[in-house]
Amino acid sequence: MKFLEQLGKYFILLTKVFAKPEKLKIYYRQTLREIENLGINSFGIVVIVSVFVGAVITIQTNYNIENPLLPRYLVGVTVRDSLLLEFSSTMIALILAGKIGSSISSEIGTMRVSEQIDALEIMGVNSASYLVLPKIIAAVFFFPILSLLSMFVGIFGGYLICIISDVVPTADYIYGIQYVFYPHYVSYALTKMVFYAFIIVTVSAFHGYYASGGALEVGKSSTKAVVYSSILVLLANLVLTKLILS
Amino acid sequence: MIEVKNISKRFDDTPVLSDVSVKFEQGKTNLIIGQSGSGKTVLLKSIVGLHDINEGEIWYDDILFNSLSFHEKKDIRKEIGMLFQGAALFDSSTVEQNVMFPLEMFSDQTYEEKLDRVNFCLSRVNIVNANQLFPAELSGGMKKRVGIARAIALNPKYLFCDEPNSGLDPKTGILIDNLIKEITEEYNITTIVNTHDMNSVMEIGDKVVFIFNGIKYWEGTKEEILNTNCKELNDFVFATSLAQKLKNS
Repeated sequence: MKFLEQLGKYFILLTKVFAKPEKLKIYYRQTLREIENLGINSFGIVVIVSVFVGAVITIQTNYNIENPLLPRYLVGVTVRDSLLLEFSSTMIALILAGKIGSSISSEIGTMRVSEQIDALEIMGVNSASYLVLPKIIAAVFFFPILSLLSMFVGIFGGYLICIISDVVPTADYIYGIQYVFYPHYVSYALTKMVFYAFIIVTVSAFHGYYASGGALEVGKSSTKAVVYSSILVLLANLVLTKLILS
Repeated sequence: MIEVKNISKRFDDTPVLSDVSVKFEQGKTNLIIGQSGSGKTVLLKSIVGLHDINEGEIWYDDILFNSLSFHEKKDIRKEIGMLFQGAALFDSSTVEQNVMFPLEMFSDQTYEEKLDRVNFCLSRVNIVNANQLFPAELSGGMKKRVGIARAIALNPKYLFCDEPNSGLDPKTGILIDNLIKEITEEYNITTIVNTHDMNSVMEIGDKVVFIFNGIKYWEGTKEEILNTNCKELNDFVFATSLAQKLKNS
């Protein structure tokens, strides 16, 4: 019963979020601010994680296919496909769920318990739409960009480790990352990222928006936001993969 | 003028307000008093529509507020200013942005006109050279004054204040009280102040409503409060030994 009640509240929140905005100019400005907060400020973590993971996948793949019968360029192929198919979308989304999800939930939750949301409502502002819609637009627009960035940087990370430690000849690696390339993999990853963005922002905002009590409850809602959005990202990954790749 | 008629509010099966009827007059500072947990904040939040009431009517002049839809209430909400207990300023915005927010949302003024209005409101509450400060950089009293400036930015017809001097020293509390009273009289606003501070009652209470266990026990003026026979009100007003000594002297 509680699950159904929460689900109902989630959809009620979504109907409020997608109501007609009061003043487009304000929403436009808020969206630009959220692009900076949620998107541009995540560049660093995406780059750092991707470059290391690209390097590690390269080393591990080389370790696992150390067989004279297998061509070395397969390392490049595997790194590219691992990044495109899974890491740069789903794994990056899980990292963003931790970083952005907790930030959104605690921001909105703090606004709730300190009566800032009440203040918006009293003024006649649709607080759900004002607070959440710009975040959704910013994330849906910017998460795919982060995913693309992760793909390039991850592949570059693999290339760097080839130069530094000579695990695979760089010529083989470069040949591998170009070998039998399916552009469809990129669109698949970006499509997933759009869904993930929506899930992370709305689930996190939901937990913040309905927070009550004080700092402890805001902390708990923040934890719940990360846990539930991560689980839903994994569930969406399964469903979308089945739908798109089957 | 705001009038509530026979309103009741329950949370699940727990009654918080029972059959409360009061008329709050325009141009006067109307005070709702009562001890913590008596239901005065629920009454205030019910009047502004933050809580849906279970029974009764809430009238803003000749409009039945509680029968309106969310969108229909917007027109009245634009005429409401509210000062919250913790001021509820937007943390990520400066003082100037906080006061300008309602103007940006609901007026078509140019930036210069809005800035003039912001500066006027801030000077009205005696805040100077603080436009670019963030709420975290302000004292409790300054936050309350900025909250009042934001509340009056759109020239409201109705002003609500939830415990405006809680957490403030007595001197700053009286300054805030007097500011609310001055603004109420200057702009002929219907002001409702929620408080349990007897200094406020004696300082600014044009009309006082006493709530006890969710029921309206008494209403009158600040002068009448000293001579009432209502036991519950006397227990509340003369709770301290100093107040009892003063009453007996």
